Amino acid sequence: MPAPVITAVDLVKKYKDFAAVDGLSFEVAPGESFGLLGPNGAGKSTTMRMVGAVSTRTGGGLGILGLDPNTHGPEIRSQLGVVPQADNLDAELRVRDNLIVYGRYFGLPYSYLRPKADELLAFAQLEDKAKSRVDDLSGGMKRRLTIARALVNNPRIMLLDEPTTGLDPQARHVLWDRLFRLKEQGTTLVLTTHYMDEAEQLCDRLIVVDKGRIMAEGTPASLIREHSSREVLEVRFGSARNAEAAEALKGVGDRIEVLPDRVLVYAHSGEAALARVTELGFEPMTSLVRRSSLEDVFLRLTGRSLID
Amino acid sequence: MTERSWPAPSRAEQGATAESIDTDAVRPRVQRGILLPSLYAGNARAVMHRGWLVVAKTNWLIVLSGLFEPILYLLAMGIGLGSLVGTVTTSTGAEVPYAAFIAPALLAVAAMNGAVYDSTWNVFFKMNYGKLYQGMLATSLGPLDVALGEIMLALARGLLYAGGFMLVMQAFGLNLSLWALLALPAVVLIAFAFASFGMAITSYMKTFQQMDWINFIMLPMFLFSATFYPLSVYPVAIQWLIQAMPLWHGVELVRGLTTGAVGPHLWWHVLYYVVMVLVGLTFTTRRLRALFLR
Amino acid sequence: MSSDDAMSTPASGAPPADRDVPATERSSPSQSAPPPGALPRRFGSWYVAEHWFRTMRAYLQTMLMTGIGTPLLYLYALGVGLATLVDQNIGAGSADAGAVGAVGYLVFVAPALLCSSAVTTAVDELTYPVIAGFKWNPFFIGMHAAPLQPRQIADGIVIAVSGRLLAQSTLYYLFMLLFGAVPSGLGFLAIVIATLTGLSFGVLVMAYSATIEQDKGQMNYVMRFVVLPMTLFSGTFFPLETLPVGLHWLGWISPLWHGTELARVASYGYQEPLWLTVAHVAYLLVLLAAGVALARRITTRRLTR
Repeated sequence: MPAPVITAVDLVKKYKDFAAVDGLSFEVAPGESFGLLGPNGAGKSTTMRMVGAVSTRTGGGLGILGLDPNTHGPEIRSQLGVVPQADNLDAELRVRDNLIVYGRYFGLPYSYLRPKADELLAFAQLEDKAKSRVDDLSGGMKRRLTIARALVNNPRIMLLDEPTTGLDPQARHVLWDRLFRLKEQGTTLVLTTHYMDEAEQLCDRLIVVDKGRIMAEGTPASLIREHSSREVLEVRFGSARNAEAAEALKGVGDRIEVLPDRVLVYAHSGEAALARVTELGFEPMTSLVRRSSLEDVFLRLTGRSLID
Repeated sequence: MTERSWPAPSRAEQGATAESIDTDAVRPRVQRGILLPSLYAGNARAVMHRGWLVVAKTNWLIVLSGLFEPILYLLAMGIGLGSLVGTVTTSTGAEVPYAAFIAPALLAVAAMNGAVYDSTWNVFFKMNYGKLYQGMLATSLGPLDVALGEIMLALARGLLYAGGFMLVMQAFGLNLSLWALLALPAVVLIAFAFASFGMAITSYMKTFQQMDWINFIMLPMFLFSATFYPLSVYPVAIQWLIQAMPLWHGVELVRGLTTGAVGPHLWWHVLYYVVMVLVGLTFTTRRLRALFLR
Repeated sequence: MSSDDAMSTPASGAPPADRDVPATERSSPSQSAPPPGALPRRFGSWYVAEHWFRTMRAYLQTMLMTGIGTPLLYLYALGVGLATLVDQNIGAGSADAGAVGAVGYLVFVAPALLCSSAVTTAVDELTYPVIAGFKWNPFFIGMHAAPLQPRQIADGIVIAVSGRLLAQSTLYYLFMLLFGAVPSGLGFLAIVIATLTGLSFGVLVMAYSATIEQDKGQMNYVMRFVVLPMTLFSGTFFPLETLPVGLHWLGWISPLWHGTELARVASYGYQEPLWLTVAHVAYLLVLLAAGVALARRITTRRLTR
């Protein structure tokens, strides 16, 4: 097994008394696609900023590419590509100039940057926007430009903080496609998300984070296998009756969760569970059988829904 | 500060409170929907009300601190520089202390600066960055309501500053005549003229760089319009040029009133500004679509 | 720390050498490229300055207009127009005419206008653009995500603004020569003095701008209660001695007063004790050093938390 490119041991970040990150330990192997999954405020972005060597840790150990970010920020950052949660493209520069000027921050020569900028514009499918103002781009285009910008130095590790938050479904799929290509090229990807489908699509392995701590770790499939049933039955009885019905349904399936708007029945076979519900004399207003997802894993681990 | 500090309402209509006065004065009823269709809803007071709320709730201290600026200038130039200059002969031949010479000029300059700032930079920002007008224009308000509301706000602010400045002048004994009281309406007139023009000019502006050009017009006016010394130091040709510019008329008008050198010649300055207001308002109204409905 | 030290002390995990090259034909920096991070560590400030200059280019027209218009207008209005009143009143040229009268108002006021214009430009460059870099157009965040260090960001801005101040002051000085406002052969020193004056005040303003996270109009207060009084009461338009004795401290704490007095020594051989001249230089340098140190610290704290 090759040596990890990121090693975190009991990583801690405190703001005064509040611990945003409270003892995270994980490793990321080269070429791996690694995800941090959790709700808003779980400490994902703070972790990403420490891994990106722009935020000083207050405890524990962290090694990026074999270097300590507290002392070797420039050396580490020159091998990273960072896509922050909020786009921070330079609004005073045109699209192509954003790539070139950003490359200058790495000390890269113009002779390298000019062809590179065109190559990256093609990669981001923005060739015809080269001379546009950043403000005139759509949300998806800005995101792709930010990713292109992060690639200007041929990074060994890409850090993506909620890369598709706020994008429409089509723009998300275009973006995922671009990220897949990077993965195929062997770039290590580290990404945070609170979208289950995104984590399942993009991550080889992930950790589920809540309140600055790791709740679970593994591949998406193994996490679902470990912490949830094969299928889930979602039934609605009307918001006033859900709790009452759930009480009466006890014993159906492996486990039951009551949400404000619906009841979740975890079972190996959703259809069988639904049959049992009707047998017991309940007529749900709507019913839906689906496969278990990371959302269910999270609900199981924390008792809370992932997107609040 | 709330709307209650406004002068008494000229007439109460449709539950409107005191803010309605100024807008009614420039709002013949026939205009609504006929002369200016889709531009004017007759509700500029809603825009003003919003402005006063912002001032009262958040930035009253900033607004109040604006009073400080002309007073500092007066102290530095009038008292400090005054010791170097001594007395000055005004355009009407009166010999006055330098502070009394410069104070009315500073008052006129403050009126110009405030009105121009409020009608250019302020509008430009709210238009392009704050996106405030987008929200306003999505209601029944028309662009003319917004324009008038902003101009009236600027005038109210100008009046506040002028009043404060006049009190300081009084304390230093720089109001040489009772006529000085009329300097207050004069300042409002000057501000109105600049504000009505400023907005029309802003309608042509697209970038910050272009906005900077406004300063390049203001600076020479500020420096050369008989503000710091009489016009007589210049060659005749330059004197004429300066006399064609608006600020000079403001300086002469206010100076005439505060030094008590009052005569029929002051009416020419008043006339200059009345014409400027009329032309400016027409110009602005024509440009409203370009300004607000981009 | 040199870059070699940096690379030879890996903390843990993979050695940085075994770089897995992507499979595709992505171009990469030339073969002889220095180790990662070495260039930014050494030249980062200059990359920041490069960015600042590049942004200035969009404002070149405005900067030229300011650079030419300001000296022309001010020197004419005050140095020629107002000077006729002052020189008449105090009897310029006569022995008992005092500090101003000895040389005439134009010569007296020109160095002050030069320094004050440098201060104005420095404030322009180091207030809203700095707030913007953190907040409205957060390119500082982007620079820091790249290998640039917060300290270098602060330094780079200072380098760029020094460049602009030097160019602008040189232009101003040429206009002073044109107006015949510089009797002394050492007058050109005023260019450097003005640049130093603008910078030493500017870096303090920059440090403050870097602390602003929410724009509540703080800059309005700075302009009204610091910059404007400083411009007016720093012995600029009239000697500090004209003010009541109780107000002289206004000048002593003002970098503009120190700069202006210094520029007067250079431009017309203004007589003051040598220790005072030394004090002017020392004061400006101390402010500059303190301001840069403060700006570095605040930038670092804000970007790395």
